[in-house]
Amino acid sequence: MSIPFSLQRNPRLSTWIRFEGDRLIVYTGKVELGQGIKTAVASIAAFELNFPISRIDVVSGNTESGPEEGITAGSMSIETTGAAIRQASAEVRAHLLDRAADRLEADPSALVVKDGLIHNPGTNNSLSFDEILSGGQIDVEATGNPKPRPSDASDTLGTSETPRTARIDLPYKVTGGKAFIQDLQFPHMKHGRVVRGPSINHYPDQTSDLKESLANIVRDGNFIGVIADREDAVRAARQHLNDTISWQLDASHETPNGSDWLRDTDTRLLVVDGTPGDEPIPDVPACNFSATYRKPWHMHGSLSPSAAIAIWQDDHLTVYSHAQGPSLLRDALANALSLNGNQVTVIHTENAGCYGHNGADDAAMDAAKLALHVPGSHILLKWEREDEHRYEPYSPGTLIDVAANIENGRVRYWSADIYSQTHSGRPFGMQGASNLVAAWEQEEAIPRPIPQPGRGNHSGIHRNADPLYQFEDRRIVKHLNRDQRIRTSSTRGLGAFANVFAIESAIDELARLDEIDPVTFRLAHLEDPRAVAVLQRCRALASDYAPRHQDGHHPGRGFAFAQYKNRQTYAALCVFLDVDDETLEVSLEHAIIVADAGRVVDPDGLRNQLEGGFIQSASWSLKESVSFNRYGTTSVDWDSYPILRFSEIPTVNVQLIEDPTSPSLGAGEALHGPTPAAIANAIADATGIRVREVPLNTDSIRRAGLVDHTAR
Amino acid sequence: MTQLELIINQTSVTLDVDPATSLLDVLRNEVGLASPRFGCGKEQCGACCVKIDNKLVYACTHSMAEAAGQSITTVEGLGTPENPHPLQQAVMDLNAGQCGFCLSGILVTASKLLDENPAPSRSDVMTALDDHLCRCGAHNRIIDAILRAADKR
Ligand code: FES
Ligand code: FES
Repeated sequence: MSIPFSLQRNPRLSTWIRFEGDRLIVYTGKVELGQGIKTAVASIAAFELNFPISRIDVVSGNTESGPEEGITAGSMSIETTGAAIRQASAEVRAHLLDRAADRLEADPSALVVKDGLIHNPGTNNSLSFDEILSGGQIDVEATGNPKPRPSDASDTLGTSETPRTARIDLPYKVTGGKAFIQDLQFPHMKHGRVVRGPSINHYPDQTSDLKESLANIVRDGNFIGVIADREDAVRAARQHLNDTISWQLDASHETPNGSDWLRDTDTRLLVVDGTPGDEPIPDVPACNFSATYRKPWHMHGSLSPSAAIAIWQDDHLTVYSHAQGPSLLRDALANALSLNGNQVTVIHTENAGCYGHNGADDAAMDAAKLALHVPGSHILLKWEREDEHRYEPYSPGTLIDVAANIENGRVRYWSADIYSQTHSGRPFGMQGASNLVAAWEQEEAIPRPIPQPGRGNHSGIHRNADPLYQFEDRRIVKHLNRDQRIRTSSTRGLGAFANVFAIESAIDELARLDEIDPVTFRLAHLEDPRAVAVLQRCRALASDYAPRHQDGHHPGRGFAFAQYKNRQTYAALCVFLDVDDETLEVSLEHAIIVADAGRVVDPDGLRNQLEGGFIQSASWSLKESVSFNRYGTTSVDWDSYPILRFSEIPTVNVQLIEDPTSPSLGAGEALHGPTPAAIANAIADATGIRVREVPLNTDSIRRAGLVDHTAR
Repeated sequence: MTQLELIINQTSVTLDVDPATSLLDVLRNEVGLASPRFGCGKEQCGACCVKIDNKLVYACTHSMAEAAGQSITTVEGLGTPENPHPLQQAVMDLNAGQCGFCLSGILVTASKLLDENPAPSRSDVMTALDDHLCRCGAHNRIIDAILRAADKR
C-alpha cells in the first residue's frame, strides 16, 4: 500500500487527527486563503470517519502543532493534504474499530460507524469515539494498510448533484465574528507602521531628522518603523515621517521603461516535456506564422493590506501571519533576525485572499523587528493600502515569441521563446541571502538572492509553456531576466497565464488562417480523451447559448483550453462578449466553463474556485497593468490600478465532468491561463482585430487595429 | 479628547475620542466591532461601508465629528449567527464568498438596497454593488445571494 507523501513526512496519526471530548480536531499544514481548504479537509475527515462535520474543528498552519507541509500554493493543497487526511482518517477509523471490537463483542467488520459512534447491530450496543479512547489519542504511525472508503460509497461527497458542503468559516465571517488577523486582540497591544519610500529601491537620506515625532521610532539602518499605543497616533507619526524624510534612489536602481528590456538576458534553457534542461538550443527554421504576445506586470491586489502581530518574550518570537508557508517564514525570520529556528513560532491567521506571494511575509518581518524593540508587548503591524500596492512583489511582465509551421491543417512545428522574470521570490531559510524587504534595509543587511532559473517540471516561467497538442516538432525556450529592479514573485498560475494566452491565441489564429473551426482544429491535435471531452462539452453548451444582441455592438465568441501544468485540471472555456463599435469597449456577457478535476470532494467548492479564477483572470486580462515611471510604480491605489467591478461581471455556467477513478486535482488556477486567450479570441471574432497584448482593452484594440490596417 | 455619543446597532454608547478620528477606527478599536473592515482608507473599495440612518457612508473617511449623535448600523446589527438576517443566511446557503473580506461592506449596502427595493433585478444588484470591490471573483454568488434573500423575505 502506498502512503501519501505528506503522511510519509508526518507519519503519526495523532499529528493529523485528535479527539477532544465529543469533538474531532483535524490538523493540516496547508492554510486557509479563502479557497475553502478548512471546509474541504473537514469534509474528507467527516466522510472517512462518518462523523458530523459540525463537530469538527480544523487547525491549520501552526509551526508548533500539526503536520509540516511547506507552502500552500499551486492548487496543490487538496492533492497533498487531502490525500494525507483521507488516509490518516481511514487508519484512525480502523484503529477505532479494532479497539471497539472487544468491548462490543463483535468482529470489527460487523460493526457500523455512524455519527461518532461505533454500533453493533447484533446487540444494539454502541460506544462513542470518546468512550473508546477515554481521553487518549491514536498515537501510532501510519501503515498504509487500511483503505479509504471507496468514492462510490452510497453517501459519497462527490457527485455533482449532492448538496453543497456549507463553508465552516462563513457563519462568523458574515456576522461580525473575529475572522481576520486585524481582529485579534491582546492585552496592551500596540500599533505599528513602517515608513518606506516610493519604491523598495529607495533609501532614506541619512541626515533626515526623525526625532520630533510623537511615537516611538525604530530605526535600524534603512529600516524605519513607528510604534504607538493608539492607531490614530501611529498613523499620524507615519504621516509626519513621510513628510520629513527625503528618499534617495541610485540611478542604477531606476525602474526600466517598457518591457522589451526583458529580452536582454543570456540565461536560457530548453524546455523538454515541461522540464528545463541544458540541451543545446536549436535555431528556429523558416516558419509561416510568427507573433509576439505580451503580458504586463500584475498585482496580487489583496483587498486587505498585509498585517502581522508579533511579540518578543523570554527570548522567543511569536508571529501571527497570513503568509502562505508558515514554516518557511519561520526559517526566513530566524535567518534574517539571527535567531535559532526554535526561537520562532509562526501561527497562520487569515487575512483577505492573497493569490500568491504578496506583502504577508514582509509585514511579518516588519512586525518582528518592531516587537524586538518592545519585549513583552504584542505589536499589530499593518501596511497601508499604498504599501501593498507599491512593495508587494508583482507577477512579472512577459514576452513570448511564437513561430509555427502549418501545413494541411496540421501544426508541423512549434517554437516559443518566453522572456520573463522570476516567479519565485518567496522567503525561506536560505543562507547568506533573504527575500524579506526589511532584511535588505537593516544595519546588518542581508542581500537579495540572485534569481535562478527554476528547473522543476512546469515550475515557473515555463508553466504550461509546453502545449498539450500533438505537434510534430517543438522547441520551447525559457529566458530568465534576473533583473529585480521591479520586484517579482509568485502569483496564481505563475507562467500559465502568459503561456496559455500565447498558445491558445496562436492556435486560434492558425485555425482562422486555414479557415478551420478553432475547436475542430484543437480537437484534431489532441489525443487525451479527457481533454477532448471537456472541449466537446464546452462547444455543445456554447452552441445552445443564445447571445444577446445590442445595436452598435459587435458580438464575439472565443474558446480556449488548457490542462493546468499538463497534469492537473482540464478546463475548456467559452467566452461571449461584445465590443462597442464606437468606443471599442469590451463587455463580457457570459462564460461557459467545463472542467474535469478528477474525483470531486466538494463540487460546490470546486465550482466556486473555477468561477472565481475565471473572474479574477478576466480582471487581469481586461483591466490590469501596473504602471511605472523611473521612480517605481504609479499604481498606488484602486483608482490608479482599476480592477473588474460588479457592473462588469458576466454570467457564468460551470459544468464538471467527474472522473472518480482519478485523484482529486487542484483547480484554483485552472482558468487563469485560458481566460485571456478566450477573451482575445472573442475580440478577434467580434472585430477581426487580433490583440496580442494584455490588457485587452480599448487602447490595445486600437493599437492592434492600426497595425492590422497598415499590414493590409 | 472629547465625549461623543453614537447609537450603534440601536445601543447608545458614549466615547472619549478625538473628533478627528475616523469612524472606522472608532468602531473597530474603541467599540470592538470586527465587521467594518479597512481596505483602502480612500473610499475606493467599500470594505468599510456602514449605514448612518439610512445613508451609506465610508467609515474610513467619515470623521467622528460628523458621525456624533447619529444612528449607525453595521453587520453586527443585521443579525447574529443564531438569528441571521436573510442576507447573511443567503450568503451562507450559497457559500457566496471565498475569503469573505469584502462581505461586510457588501451586506450593509445590500440591506439598504432591499429596504428600498424589495424585489431588485440582477442588474439593480450589480449597480448597487458597483462601489464594492471583490478580489476573489465571488461576484456572481454574492449577486445570487442577494436575489435569494429578496425572494425569501
Ligand atoms: S476602506 Fe473605506 S472604502 Fe476602502
Ligand atoms: S470574497 Fe475575497 S474579496 Fe470578496
